[in-house]
Amino acid sequence: MASEISEIVESTRGDERSVGVVCTEFATLFEPPHELVLSAKGERLGPIQVAYETYGRLTPERDNAIFVCHALTGDAHVAGKLARDSAKVGWWDELVGPGKGLDTDKYFVICANILGGCRGTTGPGSINAATGAPYGMRLPFLTVGDFVAVHSALIKHLGIGQLLAVIGGSLGGMQVLEWAARFPEQIRAAVVLASAARLSAQGIAFNAVGRRAIITDPHFHDGDYYSQETGPNHGLALARMVAHITYLSEASIEKKFGRRLQHSDRFAYELMRETEFQIESYLHYQGTRFVERFDANSYLYLTRAMDYFDLAESYGSLEAALGKTSARFLVASYTTDWLFPTPQSQELVTALIAARRHVTYVELKSPYGHDSFLLEVDPLAKMLDPFLSQAYAAGPSPGRPPAPLL
Amino acid sequence: MTQRKDRTDRRYCMPDPLAALTDEAILAHVARGSRVLDLGCGDGRLLARLRDEHGASVLGIELDLNQILTAIGRGVPVIQADLDHELAGFPDRAFDIAVLSQTIQQVRHPRLILTEMLRVAAQALVVVPNFGYWRVRLQLLRYGRAPVTSALPYEWYDTPNLHFMSMMDFRDLVEVVGARIVKELPMLGGHVVERAWPANLRADSALYILERRDAGVPAIDTQATHG
Repeated sequence: MASEISEIVESTRGDERSVGVVCTEFATLFEPPHELVLSAKGERLGPIQVAYETYGRLTPERDNAIFVCHALTGDAHVAGKLARDSAKVGWWDELVGPGKGLDTDKYFVICANILGGCRGTTGPGSINAATGAPYGMRLPFLTVGDFVAVHSALIKHLGIGQLLAVIGGSLGGMQVLEWAARFPEQIRAAVVLASAARLSAQGIAFNAVGRRAIITDPHFHDGDYYSQETGPNHGLALARMVAHITYLSEASIEKKFGRRLQHSDRFAYELMRETEFQIESYLHYQGTRFVERFDANSYLYLTRAMDYFDLAESYGSLEAALGKTSARFLVASYTTDWLFPTPQSQELVTALIAARRHVTYVELKSPYGHDSFLLEVDPLAKMLDPFLSQAYAAGPSPGRPPAPLL
Repeated sequence: MTQRKDRTDRRYCMPDPLAALTDEAILAHVARGSRVLDLGCGDGRLLARLRDEHGASVLGIELDLNQILTAIGRGVPVIQADLDHELAGFPDRAFDIAVLSQTIQQVRHPRLILTEMLRVAAQALVVVPNFGYWRVRLQLLRYGRAPVTSALPYEWYDTPNLHFMSMMDFRDLVEVVGARIVKELPMLGGHVVERAWPANLRADSALYILERRDAGVPAIDTQATHG
């Protein structure tokens, strides 16, 4: 386990609230003949390598573990630095650390890269042991249920019977919901941020454009581009540019860039100029950076899993899906998030009330659109502190079907 | 400032909606193990007591985020919602009792909220300020001034209190939403009394326990009306 490593707290100035230098760990799960049976078509997949990181210390009672589910393009590296001289910190570093919203002085925080990803966990870019070549698009179809099945197995592998909480935003929130439905006795609290029980048609539409950009890239080669000189970089960057717009709000783009020009204060009136406006330059930059760290096939697999996620469809109804756990829920949406708008969170809350679950819901004011759950850390931390303390004080949940809480 | 203070001192103040005595009155009328929804639950203090002392399963509705944070710290589940808009997301008959304490004069559509309370709960427990109280009448008569609240010296043009009604007026609303009064308990200074005659003159507030007259379908449509 990585707890020993997490204890090496960097002593440089201003870093008292950082988890310091951390290390990504690897576990191999579902080794044949115990392969994971995938939920879409019943195919079997194994062995599965899982990349994960942990922060803080597990109590002797093993009752203070919190699992963070990352969103579409995240990874296991939530907090701290991977090298002492690195300037880059984890994607939710502001939330995870000593004295922070997920307080690593109190809690043992775990995050794993999702199945189908490209950041250490088995995905389309991994070598298929049976053939010695990358899976590419021969990797079976994956669902959010499969992501959670792997997370759940990792928890068992780490010797943790029940999580204090599972938390995630966006696609991460979908995993939290799936977790509550699929392994209801494994969690004591669930935090669902900027998420929904299913992706809206508008969300599917944007994903469709992103995937089309990738598969029509001449370097895509039906997903077998790993041995080629170049992959579908152009398509992947384009997919990211489109998606990135959906993570922002009209107001935040206006405030950050407005109609300001990138190179001059005069219009060039050039048709082919790629970065005339600052917002253009920004999107190109986001696209280029994304290609450096993400695999196009993973993008296809993960967005498709997101499109197909439908909790009510999988479990009969939202009430049926969410009524099996005795976990207490914290649901939050953001005022300017138009990708996962407030009514979708309210739909979850209505189902949780109908299922007589313990649920708290807030709509947080933020100008940052869907990205708010990553950027507006302060209000989140203010809620998580009392919420997690109460969940912790309430003690472990009984390992039997829950009594009505309401 | 002193002039203003003198003015408010002399003026009758509405009962403090946070008065602990009102909580006591409500606690006394909630059966053990009830499922309770508190509309405008504030910091969740009443709900925490209902849970701890009455074994109730509780849920609050509140708009103010800081109040919600305090409620979370008490382990009380709260839904952030505006009572003027969002009770529609609550399922029918999910609760035994819906509580609305010293708040009905502050919602835009009292008729709608009362109808909704009796949709989501079997009983509604409502504490209403009584503008028929003799001191309110006297003040209007002697000074020609409208009442203000004690918690904050709101002026009439800047107050959360949108409606002014007496117990007799409230009974009309109960009739209109197709409910019946199970209990009407006049309150004098936060204390519930079994009867006060004439209540509409002597009580500063009143606690009502209401049920739908027709336990099946709501007797009226849920269209909003301006009280």
